[in-house]
Amino acid sequence: MKFFVRLLIFILILFNASNNVYADNIDEILSALQKSNFSEKEELITKLGNIQTNKSLKVLKSLEKGILYYIKKSKINVFAKKVDKKYELTDITSGKNIGLIKKNKIKRISLNNKLRKYTRTIIAKSSLLSDNKNMRIEAAKTIFESNSIELLPLISQALKNEKNKNVIKELLKTQASLSLLSGDKLLINKSLDYLMKTTDPEIISVVNQFIEKYKTEDSYKEEIIKANNLLNKINSDIKLYKLIENLFFGLSLGSVLFIAAVGLAITFGVMGVINLAHGEMIMIGAYTTYVIQLIFPQLIEYSLFIALPFAFLVTGLIGVVIERLVIRYLYGRPLETLLATFGISLILQQLVRSIFSPINMPVTTPQWMSGMLNIHPALSLAYGRLYIIAFSISIFIALLILLRKSHFGIEIRAVMQNRPMARAMGIKTNWIDSMTFGLGSGIAGIAGVALSQITNVGPNLGQSYIIDCFMVVVFGGVGNIWGTLSGAFLLGVGNKFLEPYSGAVLAKIITLIFLIVFIQKKPKGMFALKGRAAEINQ
Amino acid sequence: MISNFIILNILRGDIRTKAFLLILLFIAIIVPLLNIYVPAGSFFHLTDYHISLFGKYLTYGLLALSLDLIWGYCGILSLGHGAFFALGGYCIGIHFMREIGPRGVYGDPILPDFMVFLNWSDLPLAWYGFDSFSYTLLMIIIVPGLLAFIFGWFAFKSRVNGVYFSIITQAMTYALMLAFFQNDFGFGGNNGLTDFKDVLGFSLQNHTTKIFLFLLSVLALAIGYLVSNSLVNSHSGVVLKGIRDQEDRLRFLGYRVENYKLCAFVVSAMLAGIAGALYVPQVGIINPGEFAPLKSIEVVVWVALGGRGTLFGAILGGVIVNLAKSYFTVNFPEIWLYFLGGLFVLVTLFLPNGLVGVIKKIFVFIKNKKEKSF
Repeated sequence: MKFFVRLLIFILILFNASNNVYADNIDEILSALQKSNFSEKEELITKLGNIQTNKSLKVLKSLEKGILYYIKKSKINVFAKKVDKKYELTDITSGKNIGLIKKNKIKRISLNNKLRKYTRTIIAKSSLLSDNKNMRIEAAKTIFESNSIELLPLISQALKNEKNKNVIKELLKTQASLSLLSGDKLLINKSLDYLMKTTDPEIISVVNQFIEKYKTEDSYKEEIIKANNLLNKINSDIKLYKLIENLFFGLSLGSVLFIAAVGLAITFGVMGVINLAHGEMIMIGAYTTYVIQLIFPQLIEYSLFIALPFAFLVTGLIGVVIERLVIRYLYGRPLETLLATFGISLILQQLVRSIFSPINMPVTTPQWMSGMLNIHPALSLAYGRLYIIAFSISIFIALLILLRKSHFGIEIRAVMQNRPMARAMGIKTNWIDSMTFGLGSGIAGIAGVALSQITNVGPNLGQSYIIDCFMVVVFGGVGNIWGTLSGAFLLGVGNKFLEPYSGAVLAKIITLIFLIVFIQKKPKGMFALKGRAAEINQ
Repeated sequence: MISNFIILNILRGDIRTKAFLLILLFIAIIVPLLNIYVPAGSFFHLTDYHISLFGKYLTYGLLALSLDLIWGYCGILSLGHGAFFALGGYCIGIHFMREIGPRGVYGDPILPDFMVFLNWSDLPLAWYGFDSFSYTLLMIIIVPGLLAFIFGWFAFKSRVNGVYFSIITQAMTYALMLAFFQNDFGFGGNNGLTDFKDVLGFSLQNHTTKIFLFLLSVLALAIGYLVSNSLVNSHSGVVLKGIRDQEDRLRFLGYRVENYKLCAFVVSAMLAGIAGALYVPQVGIINPGEFAPLKSIEVVVWVALGGRGTLFGAILGGVIVNLAKSYFTVNFPEIWLYFLGGLFVLVTLFLPNGLVGVIKKIFVFIKNKKEKSF
């Protein structure tokens, strides 16, 4: 009798258990999941993790995302995707599409927050050994965030087999962060030494946790001091990188200002002409980029290179036409020139509005322009900005060579320094004027191509840059592209360093006021022409 | 005293001054008459809207006059005169805001609506005193004048000339625009100041107040003209013209060129401020857009079109361009910028002396013909 009772109990237990916890292939686990409570689910999820196949991983991921359902009637497990108001189902076992179904026919296998976190760790654990390196990095990151010490051996194991540099870096960081809380002195010291080298800001919270945990224990005194040093080092590193980042932003703003203003500097320097339509030349350059992208939609990646010569030609030609038609009649009357060119700028703006539209045009950024260059966890630089800096410097060098070495450049400088004497030496100053104006406008067009990547391409693009351009030219000194370069970079960097303290608008106002005061002190700019050249230019 | 001055000036004045004042007098009489006595619906009837519109043109005329005083007679091209105009406007605007008192939407007895909206507890320091009308009148002259004085003091002392001066005035008005656009700056931010109720107890919506403001604009223009006229015809005026034509020579002759320039600049800024103060009650709003560099440059083209260096021409230009602007922006908004831009180019190329230059040429032509026929 006793025996029978025992057998019965045994069978009952067996029956009951096999229903839930003792399931071990995926389908069984899944059907068990349908009717288990949260603590049972945890065990089942662990089991799913132990299976280590692609399919189990997929199931785990869908569970974590909350797209794992089962059909109420047939108890079949499915992935469900919401389409309009119905759900599209995929059978898990066969991977076949079952069709659409109403929401009340299916039920989600739900998780609570704790379980979801647990699932993520399990997923990370299994994808740590995956073939895809991005998945391995992702897994390392998840484990780092989950901070689950029990995975430490797993990480060490993964490290042994790992060959990819990026993955190793991520794994080492995770290992260090997990070891910090492991309590093992040797490990702690090792990880602190490692972290001292990388100074990753993401580690701060773990280090703080570590300090909090062992603060009161005397045996960890040295380690606590070390950790505090580490925190200080990280903070000072962050400050340093912030400074570098600000400098970088400033330089990139400066490059933009330089590209935009250098054309103006040339025309102003040679002809003493203030060209208020300069901003519109920049705008036309930007629109040229847009048109090029419209004509060659399959060449988006190269569109900027195609647009550069076109923009130069288009705006240069417009510049020459303006010079021939209007400006040459106004030489020696700078104020009138200023007004006439302002009129031209209004006409060009309205022209663009009529041809395109008053709204901004979409200009695509090529793939190679986007993305970030990661130098340090606390410092990453946008490629776009880097290219702009490089571009402005190459324009600067090209112009320098043109003005210093070429015949045309020497003639330009001759006219700039002493017009009557240049004419006496047989230089056709009229022709030089036209060409210089064309050159200045053409460079504005090139600037437009660059600006199309960082600002909105619309009819008001030019207006928003023209005042900045003037400031740069006046600040740097007329007729000197070195002056323009340093003026642009100083203004750019100054502006960006003011911004964190004062906000963008106030920084701009302060810059403007600074310039107004600066011109009082040095009316001819930082690098004024000296000697006779300066006198005759009056 | 002022009336004595005016009468003396009129009696002494040349024929052009008399003609101009007669035209103003004619306008001052005929416009209200057309509004009051011609029945509504008649072709000649002028609505209250028109009264305010004409008043607005007259204030633009005064603004053009003020610019002409320094550009036409002294050779200083200010691309920031709109700033003085707007400052005058803001002064009277603040007064009107304080005049609203508890009648605002939020009903706060002291704070204007936008301050209540921004959760401010105290009136900003700059707003104190503007509840008094006489203080406001004083400020309308002092604020633009003081800015012009400080700005001009530094600029002229360090001999900032020509295009450089134009550019820094443009930078000035641009910086002011950015500042006034800020909510924290305390002058209503983007929206500016509006919803004015009344002036000295008279409602601004009132028909009589509108006519009164119009007449005030006529008077201000007349006085502005006389002041400018006596200035440019005095000994100092001759010095100013000398500065315009050959600044260095005047300096060698021993004149303190910068003082003359500064004086003209300050007077001009004050006139612009008065124009702004008369402009605001007639359009009912003042916002930071008035500081936009474009507006200031537009004023320059009014003067250039009318005739730089003639007071009458500047006023004429101001009124004509704005008449055209009203017409075009209503009927052909697309064309307005072409028109304005074309005006800039054509006037500088073909009409260096503006419309007045053309009129003069016609007069000379007729005179010559007459002489020949004798």
